[in-house]
Amino acid sequence: MTSEGRNWSPSRARRTCWAVLALSFLALVPLQQEVDRQIGGQRRIEELLYVPSGRLLRRLCLGHEGLAADIYWTRAVQYFGRKRIDRATRFDLLGPLLRITTDLDPHLMVAYRFGAIFLAEKTPWGAGRPEEALELLRRGIVANPGYWRLWQDVGFIYYWDLKDYPRAAEAFRVGSQQPGAHLWMKAMAASVAAQGGATSTSRLLWSEIYNQAENESMRRSAAEHLLALQAREEMDQLNALLKSYQDGAGRPAQSFRDLVPAGVLKGLPKDPSGVPYVVALDGHAGLGPGSKIDLTLLQ
Amino acid sequence: MRRISTIAWHTFKESVRERVLYNLVVFALLLISAAILFGSISVGIEDVIIMNLGLSSISVFGLLMAIFIGIGLVWKEIDRRTIFSILAKPVHRHEFIIGKYLGLMVTLLINTAIMTAGFYLALAYEQRTLHWRDLVALQAVYFILLQLAMVVALALLFSCISTPILSAVFTLALYMIGNLLSDIRWFGQEAGSALAMNLTALIYYLLPNFGNFNVISQIAQGHPVPSYLLVSNSLYALLYVSILLAAAILIFEEREFR
Amino acid sequence: MPAIQTFDLTKDYFSGFFRKRLKRALDRLSLQVGEGEVFGLLGPNGAGKSTTLKLLLRLIFPTAGRATVLGEELDSVAMHARIGYLPEHPYFYDHLSAQELLNYAGELFGLDKATRRRRIGDLLARVGLAGSEDSPLRKFSKGMLQRVGIAQALVNDPELIFLDEPMSGLDPLGRREVRDLILELKGRGKTVFFSTHILSDAEMLCDRVAILNRGQLLGCGDLRKILSLGISATEIVLENPHADLMVKLQPLTSRAIRTGDNVRLEIPSDRDLTQVLEIVLREKGKIASLNPLKTSLEDYFLSTVSDATEQARRGRNIDIRLEGKP
Repeated sequence: MTSEGRNWSPSRARRTCWAVLALSFLALVPLQQEVDRQIGGQRRIEELLYVPSGRLLRRLCLGHEGLAADIYWTRAVQYFGRKRIDRATRFDLLGPLLRITTDLDPHLMVAYRFGAIFLAEKTPWGAGRPEEALELLRRGIVANPGYWRLWQDVGFIYYWDLKDYPRAAEAFRVGSQQPGAHLWMKAMAASVAAQGGATSTSRLLWSEIYNQAENESMRRSAAEHLLALQAREEMDQLNALLKSYQDGAGRPAQSFRDLVPAGVLKGLPKDPSGVPYVVALDGHAGLGPGSKIDLTLLQ
Repeated sequence: MRRISTIAWHTFKESVRERVLYNLVVFALLLISAAILFGSISVGIEDVIIMNLGLSSISVFGLLMAIFIGIGLVWKEIDRRTIFSILAKPVHRHEFIIGKYLGLMVTLLINTAIMTAGFYLALAYEQRTLHWRDLVALQAVYFILLQLAMVVALALLFSCISTPILSAVFTLALYMIGNLLSDIRWFGQEAGSALAMNLTALIYYLLPNFGNFNVISQIAQGHPVPSYLLVSNSLYALLYVSILLAAAILIFEEREFR
Repeated sequence: MPAIQTFDLTKDYFSGFFRKRLKRALDRLSLQVGEGEVFGLLGPNGAGKSTTLKLLLRLIFPTAGRATVLGEELDSVAMHARIGYLPEHPYFYDHLSAQELLNYAGELFGLDKATRRRRIGDLLARVGLAGSEDSPLRKFSKGMLQRVGIAQALVNDPELIFLDEPMSGLDPLGRREVRDLILELKGRGKTVFFSTHILSDAEMLCDRVAILNRGQLLGCGDLRKILSLGISATEIVLENPHADLMVKLQPLTSRAIRTGDNVRLEIPSDRDLTQVLEIVLREKGKIASLNPLKTSLEDYFLSTVSDATEQARRGRNIDIRLEGKP
């Protein structure tokens, strides 16, 4: 019997094994953290997109492409959400992710509709790429002809993001002819064709979006847009009143209180959020401090 | 006939006592219930994800069960020499093969039914109710069962020839290729040479076309399968299973047991 | 009608990569087993005993020749309803209990439920497994498995029973029980065909035997006849013989063994026994016992096999054939 054999009793061997197990695991944790730090951000971007094309992926799915589409859509949602939280200005992977999703499941409507919103919205709320959004929607229409809501989304982007009123009117018109389309589409087509970017037309659009909203955040967004539009309209009216006061009195009003004795206003005007309007230094109506209205939405 | 059902019943009892089967079914049910949570981390896919994940789980786990048990169906009896005492009895060799096949199919039928019940429970929980149109998912389950019928026949055939590991590899390989047959034929047509075109056409008709049966994503979007497809796919599966079983019986009739 | 009849039954195996190498596992076996006989198929390992059994049971197929079992050709499946089979190293379904296994076997035979229940109960009691019928077979010892095997071979009350090495793995008590069982089956008019390499068992049980070696039939016939063909001798035990007597007897004896005070002498049959007795009596020797020695089957077996090996080595045809017609 060698000397090594004599020293290794079973209990000693057991204790050694437990010690090795525990210590190695403890050592692994900081090591992994170090590795993460070094490779870190690099890996996360690349991970998201390690399959080149949706068509190839579709073949690999062996019949489970619907599930893969759901997974890729969820990835797109999470990517978008993370970018929004970081207040990012570049959403590079959003387009490819949406393309793969819709390649896998050409009938996944939520990917087209929400995807288009994510793409079209101005930064930092979205990717600020209305052209890409239109491309996505066009592919959706090809795969799902007759689905009128996609036409509605096309029309919306032309109207609101691109201010291309003729094309917007055309989109609403074509969409109104699809089976099951709301009558509102016809009204919108006519309104856009007649009045372009008028506030009343925009309010019609956003009211419909509010009614159709499928979840709370969409409803809230539409409500904010409507409030801003209402404020804009009221401010336009107030500006007209201010102008006529100036014409009459020969000097600009200092505040809205000036207009009350002249009988122009009954009381101090308040904006839809309940905060009184003020007269800005340039003589135009403006929102009071603490107003909840967000006029930047109207850009 | 009586002997076939005896062997089938015996095979069923043996399969049911396989512990792996329970694990797979439980895992499938867990995955299906996870689909409910999945919807909450995404947007707008609460219903469709249960359909997709649920039906895909039933398909994948059914496939695993079919292969796992199918590859041992005949091989185990040969390896453990239990085949000696069976064939010494007044049992025709073809009765043995058919009985084994039916026994495993019954097992899969029951397991699929359990998973489908779990699926509908999850759907009912998510939607707060069940609609008549939700029954359309049964079409997908039916097609999954047709696929499994072919996979079991494949595994059984290989089980007569080779060891479990090789049988599993071959069966899985044929399942994957069978899903890609349309693409293979398309490649052959695009390739330009007559040889490629004919070769891929031959492969297309020879190998089992599992791609015919992939309807999960369309069912999830609420588009039912047209009835002519139901009929033609059933016929296809029946014919192909007959081919495989006939081949298995041919091989088994000539087989010697040393 | 003979229970089993084979006509030049031959089995070749091809091995090697291109299946070129030929091994002849059974060479033109022709034998007959009569109804009601206990027939032993003997031979060393690899002699072709299992091959013969499997050919008869249609587990493997003959390269040449044919055979009949219970009057039917080998490809008759219906014939299997009248036979029973105990395989060597019985393996059965681990997950079943003894009861379930016998039930399965009974169902395959087409027995109705009542018959099954009755017969299974009887059989389990008969093989000494009553009380273990519900334990799963994976818990059974080798001896218990052997008993289950015998039980499933008898489920259909067969006319002809094939037993492949039925005594293997059994303790002496088990072997005794199997021997009793075989005799009991014979008593009920069944035919028993069993293979074994334990010659003492065959000696005790068989009416007729066949001896195989390397696929060839070396001898086949009535056991008694075979044994009496052997050269027998006579054994005389003398009490304390004196040296003189021993010297005188020496040319006549083939062996002399001293055990204690006695000496055991073997007188080969070609020597004159009378002469030996005269010498003993003349010298006033005391005879303790006088016994004729029969050749044991083992002796016969070893000599036959070694002769055959020797002849094969010398390239001559093996021609020891003893046909004993029933």
